[in-house]
Amino acid sequence: MTQMSYMEAIRDGMRVEMKRDSGVYIAGEDVAQFGGCFGVTAGLYDEFGPDRVMNTPISEAVIVGHAVGAAALGLRPIAEIMFVDFMGCCMDELHNQAAKMKYMFGGKAKVPMVVRTPCGAGLGAAAQHSQCLESWFTHIAGVKTVMPGTAADAKGLMIAAIRDDNPVMYIEHKQLLGLTGDVPDGEYVVPLGKADIKREGSDVTIVAWSWMLQKSLAAAEKLAAEGINVEVLDPRTLVPLDKDAILKSVSKTGKLVIVHEEIKTSGFGGEISAIVAEEGFDYLDAPIKRVAAPDTPIPFSPILEQTFIPSEEKIIEAVKALF
Amino acid sequence: MAEKKEQLLEMYKTMVRIRTFEKEAIDLFAAGKFPGFVHSYLGEEAIATGVCANLKDSDYICSTHRGHGHLIAKGGKLDLMMAELYGKSTGYCKGKGGSMHIADVDLGILGANGIVGAGMPIATGAAFACKYRKTDNVAIAFFGDGASDRATFHESLNLASIWKLPVVFVCENNGWAISNSQENHQNITDVSDRATAYGIPGVSIDGNDVMAISEAAEEAIKRARKGDGPTLIECKTWRHRGHFEGDPGAYKDPKDQEEWLSDAKDALVRVEKKLIELKYANKADLDKVKADAQTEVDAAVKFAEQSPDPDPSEVLTDVYTV
Amino acid sequence: MDIQKKQLLEFYQQMVTIRIFESRVCELFAAGQIPGFVHSSLGQEAIAAGVMACVEKDDKVGLHHRSHGEMIAKGADMNKMMAELFGKATGTCKGKGGSMHIADMDLGILGANGILGAGYAIATGAAFACQYNETKDIALCLFGDGQSNRGPFHESLNVAALWKLPIVFICENNGFGLSNPVKEHLATDCVSDRAAAYGIPGVTVDGNDVLAVYETTLEAVDRARKGNGPSLLEFTTWRWHGHFEGDPAVYKDAQEQEEWLKKDPIPRFAKQLLEQKNATQAELDEMQAKGEALVDAAVKFAEESPWPDVSELFTDVYDRQM
Repeated sequence: MTQMSYMEAIRDGMRVEMKRDSGVYIAGEDVAQFGGCFGVTAGLYDEFGPDRVMNTPISEAVIVGHAVGAAALGLRPIAEIMFVDFMGCCMDELHNQAAKMKYMFGGKAKVPMVVRTPCGAGLGAAAQHSQCLESWFTHIAGVKTVMPGTAADAKGLMIAAIRDDNPVMYIEHKQLLGLTGDVPDGEYVVPLGKADIKREGSDVTIVAWSWMLQKSLAAAEKLAAEGINVEVLDPRTLVPLDKDAILKSVSKTGKLVIVHEEIKTSGFGGEISAIVAEEGFDYLDAPIKRVAAPDTPIPFSPILEQTFIPSEEKIIEAVKALF
Repeated sequence: MAEKKEQLLEMYKTMVRIRTFEKEAIDLFAAGKFPGFVHSYLGEEAIATGVCANLKDSDYICSTHRGHGHLIAKGGKLDLMMAELYGKSTGYCKGKGGSMHIADVDLGILGANGIVGAGMPIATGAAFACKYRKTDNVAIAFFGDGASDRATFHESLNLASIWKLPVVFVCENNGWAISNSQENHQNITDVSDRATAYGIPGVSIDGNDVMAISEAAEEAIKRARKGDGPTLIECKTWRHRGHFEGDPGAYKDPKDQEEWLSDAKDALVRVEKKLIELKYANKADLDKVKADAQTEVDAAVKFAEQSPDPDPSEVLTDVYTV
Repeated sequence: MDIQKKQLLEFYQQMVTIRIFESRVCELFAAGQIPGFVHSSLGQEAIAAGVMACVEKDDKVGLHHRSHGEMIAKGADMNKMMAELFGKATGTCKGKGGSMHIADMDLGILGANGILGAGYAIATGAAFACQYNETKDIALCLFGDGQSNRGPFHESLNVAALWKLPIVFICENNGFGLSNPVKEHLATDCVSDRAAAYGIPGVTVDGNDVLAVYETTLEAVDRARKGNGPSLLEFTTWRWHGHFEGDPAVYKDAQEQEEWLKKDPIPRFAKQLLEQKNATQAELDEMQAKGEALVDAAVKFAEESPWPDVSELFTDVYDRQM
């Protein structure tokens, strides 16, 4: 066990797999000597050399598209897209190529690739560099979507994502890069599709991931002081989704609040709500609540951006409304 | 000499098999035997044939929506292809892909593709894997003149050039981007001019001359295998049919169409003439090749028709690798 | 070319004003007064000044993430620009956009852009509208060397050339695509080599020579306005700072950086003005003072401006609020 940041944990996960499997390599904009726009790949170029940590031109379509071809030949590329917002520049390569190749080919291909990309607001980076877009990817059958919310999960999910034989969107949060925690050493794997109860409780279930997990945990502490005992469940991966864990928790608490940083309309909270309404309606003793960003682009001005981002206060308010 | 004879005869056989398969496919489609979209390769047989004649089994190709010819030339099995067109469980993709998605990864066929221009990044990645693994395998990206206007063309050729990847970009300029003639979709006459933009060799050749194509491909593939990077080859040809079966191609000038389909220009007739002229074959030999191809295609159709439909449970499989 | 003294002085005024504005922005950012991302154009002032002198108020400009200079030269209100950088309600975008999204539709400034290479298609569309509406207006599209590798470059130049649109594509080759030096991301020596791929003129010129920039652009603008279609211009320069403020640019070669700082376009042009007696030192000092005063006023305006009301979060999402 080593104490490290979320960013170091992502890097450690990549490092472990690059040492173990020579077919794992990193390609993306400024990932080599520069170490990536946020520094996540720092040092890997020196450690693994120019054949395995490669700068690409500013060419998102071929960054993701070449990963599809290389993965189809059995390599395990980690393609970095500098901001999740830029996925629009290479969406065909993900949703029509990577995601569908196996199925279209009748099962006779596999595409073991990872697209690593940061999401999230809070840096004053405005409308094109701050979004959370996970529902774009969960809506594509054939792609898995991973969103770690702690340092340990960042590592364990990275290793699992690289080892997975499918295209995986690994979405890290810019606000979490400096978050530290105890991270298991060596080949630590967090299986995709397994939720984690980050805080046990009996009165209400909060389902939250990525940055919102941390906000929900903080909110839960404050609510505990007021006598509300919150269970905080982190699905960790949205596809595959551990719906059994969600249903089990709701069966215990009878109440569900879903917190996400995506805008509310067509956000993944809608999907979780529908699952619980369809399969766990009898467990509920109050309406399901969603705390999400409003249906707007992300504003630049700090005062507006802070209003946009779902806050601890809003989470607390939503929980209290159920009692 | 003997080698050249054998090579030309072999290429002739491939071209005849493609033509026979394609003619059958369009008849079957017109008769309602299978659904979906079919894009015929008739008229362009020399390109797939001339290029793939220089490939090893371990090399890779990325094909297009008009992909039957590439698949056959790379060694695809006609019965499995035909079964796929029929959507049968015995098809290349268990009936899940259809004409636009036929693939045989074991043969290095990384799929036809329903997205125009999508094969270029994938071939670039395949070439990357070949280089990364230090093999001398190469990848070929086939694409049309229309696809040469796509963003993926630009990003792929630039990356392949700076990384010196073993890939050959083969543009099949058949004169049409769907219904749009070349002069209406780009401001240049030779797609190969675009090689300048990436500092790589670019050549334009007669796409109905299988020997010329084979020679150009041989040189480009040799260059790629040696680690000297990509080449852009433009083969100028003509699409005999509409964009898809059912498209009457009313936008074509009948005079152009007539000229391109004439014996003087038709790629297959030209090889036949050459074979006879060089005394590599006589008419009876050629007839036998055609008859054999027809027999093979008939058997493929029979195989496809007698094959079972996929089990409905198959709709849920092959989404993820587990 | 015989350029009038008034124009020469105007070049100088623009360059120093941009220099002062950009220097001040960097200081304010370092002091924590400006949030978000700031991309400094220090060192590239001659391009902004030379290019924008060739266009009229109604001409359109598609810009990039490093374009404060171009906006100032196109006539944007520096008070509103600075307020936008601060995120204040009085900013060009009411504080909703920030540095990367400053726009002024009344001046034909179709926005900076946070997505590298997103400006091509937008500027191409603006040029199309000029042609369609039969105005005499034209569009400029500015971009960096790194962005020239993006797919939309290819698609936009192809369409602009095909349709003979009134547009000039201007590459500010500042040596780096973020941290990646030109020789590692570009497969050719010059971005302008790519003009051949579209059948349009392409030329590379010293981007630290404001007169050369001006003359080259004037010719291309004239060509566009006459309906003769697009050109691809490349102005070579050097980005003094890192990609963004806070990037120490350790990837730069120290000696190269030093050499380029010596090629500073402003003293170079000042020397020319003095030598050719087009300006006195007093006039130059006066222009410097004017620039300082303008920027001081802009900072004061920004600092004294109110923050946006939080209700502004919900406005401007759709043209009519739902």
